[in-house]
Amino acid sequence: MSVLILAEHDGQHLKQATRQAVTAAQAWGLPVHLLLLGADTAAVAGHAAQVAGVARVLRVDAPQFEHPLAEDVAAAIVNLARDYKVVLAGHTAFAKNALPRAAALLDVAMLADVIAITAPATYVRPVYAGNVLATVESSDPIQVLTVRTTAFAAAETGGAAEVVTLAAPAASGLSRWVGETRNVSDRPELATARVVISGGRSLGERFEEVLGPLAQLLNGALGATRAAVDAGFAPNDIQIGQTGTVVAPELYIAAGVSGAAQHLAGMKDSKVIVAINHDPDAAIFQVADYGLVADLFEAVPQLTAALKN
Amino acid sequence: MKALVAVKRVVDHNVQVHIKPDGSGVETAGVKMSINPFDEIAVEEALRLKERGVVTEIVAVTLGEAVAQDVLRHALAMGADRAVLVEAHGELQPLGVAKLLKAVVEREQPGLILLGKQAIDDDAGQAGQMLAALLGAAQGTFASAVTVQGDEVEVVREVDGGTETVALKLPAVLTADLRLNEPRFVKLPNLMMAKKKPIEQLTADGLGVDAAPRLKRLKVATPPHRAPGVKVNSVAELAQKLREAKVV
Repeated sequence: MSVLILAEHDGQHLKQATRQAVTAAQAWGLPVHLLLLGADTAAVAGHAAQVAGVARVLRVDAPQFEHPLAEDVAAAIVNLARDYKVVLAGHTAFAKNALPRAAALLDVAMLADVIAITAPATYVRPVYAGNVLATVESSDPIQVLTVRTTAFAAAETGGAAEVVTLAAPAASGLSRWVGETRNVSDRPELATARVVISGGRSLGERFEEVLGPLAQLLNGALGATRAAVDAGFAPNDIQIGQTGTVVAPELYIAAGVSGAAQHLAGMKDSKVIVAINHDPDAAIFQVADYGLVADLFEAVPQLTAALKN
Repeated sequence: MKALVAVKRVVDHNVQVHIKPDGSGVETAGVKMSINPFDEIAVEEALRLKERGVVTEIVAVTLGEAVAQDVLRHALAMGADRAVLVEAHGELQPLGVAKLLKAVVEREQPGLILLGKQAIDDDAGQAGQMLAALLGAAQGTFASAVTVQGDEVEVVREVDGGTETVALKLPAVLTADLRLNEPRFVKLPNLMMAKKKPIEQLTADGLGVDAAPRLKRLKVATPPHRAPGVKVNSVAELAQKLREAKVV
């Protein structure tokens, strides 16, 4: 028996989340296989084969995987899964969409956002917006789970896996891809950035103007509270929290963030948390390693200048 | 076209939850309960589709103990036409939920099935996808915009790094993201009117569904607390602390 990882890629490279899933997969001490779905996975298969800890790369090339949809991804997983002990992926929008569908087709339960694997079928996962950690045991013959990527280090390169090409199941025809909009940014990816600067609604239209230079200086990613996103001051995909992205960077700087439970669920595992807020009673100060009670419109540019020197 | 909306009764999102002294679970006795916020958004979307003339009837459904009727009353007060309570005892997990909902879908034959993208208690985010799988239907998860066109529904989905638009054959299962809409407030007269709307009662056994939990909860615990931090008095001091901590 082996572990099957649903890989995520952009057509050229594996996503960081998949490398983190490879690390999590070592918990079972079984051979690890990567499932690559795409229209043409030749290039990415070459990179995937070099990831340390991967024994085999399974290539499934088919036109329907140019923009993979849950219906087809789940079918491809189910096609293979009965020969595997574990099916896993990083807890990303892609996997959250497809893996529950595959689990239901296999008639097994699924575990979402696992932060620790304490025994071959025993897992720890956060519930109630991260306010409670539940330890759960599964007795299903196939373990289907997503892992919280920030809880596992990314696997290094240095492997030499064999690459096998498999046939794709027929396209479902239930759904079709229409289009997409991507938020283009030259900053590091939010979920894996070493530094994250996040802002709340009080930044208003000056979100980028105030936080951008500090992010630039520290090579950090920008994050936002739900309120800032809902108000239209920041794009949806940088929302941090229970319903957005979960981050655990080395340094998290929260400017004008009150610290609602929903937001804390997405960042309280950061190594060092800095809060800048004019309200001394803001909940964010209870988790902050360093708190500064100040007007962020003055303090953030000053901090940028102070760190530049 | 009929729309079915699944709603869940959860601990209110403003409540600070506490773990039972024996570590077996989270205390829910005497705690304020509400409709799951994502499910309220799903109800609102069904109402908007009805106001646009796309949907003709909205059926709200919930699963659980009899007390879960209160979230159905909330959905009825928002404007759902009728409701179904499937009585089921003990813990329900997403796969069991999907199986129960499948049985209800087969009775009701809706063209659209709406759910929230996740419940704020178990944070699983699986029921919609599992239901779509069991029905052999298309799924539109994390939806932030929904448009029905002929025999298809076009869904804008919130994904990592942006949005994606997909077209799904009907009947389809949709799960609502926070950004789909802003749910309306329930007015008192509507609450009174909702009391007259019918709630049909079914049981899990009566539907012939085995919804027993597959996962065994061994314990629950509070996450480790962070050591208390320090307040600094100036930007200069903050910059110095960050240098000392070697994070900049």
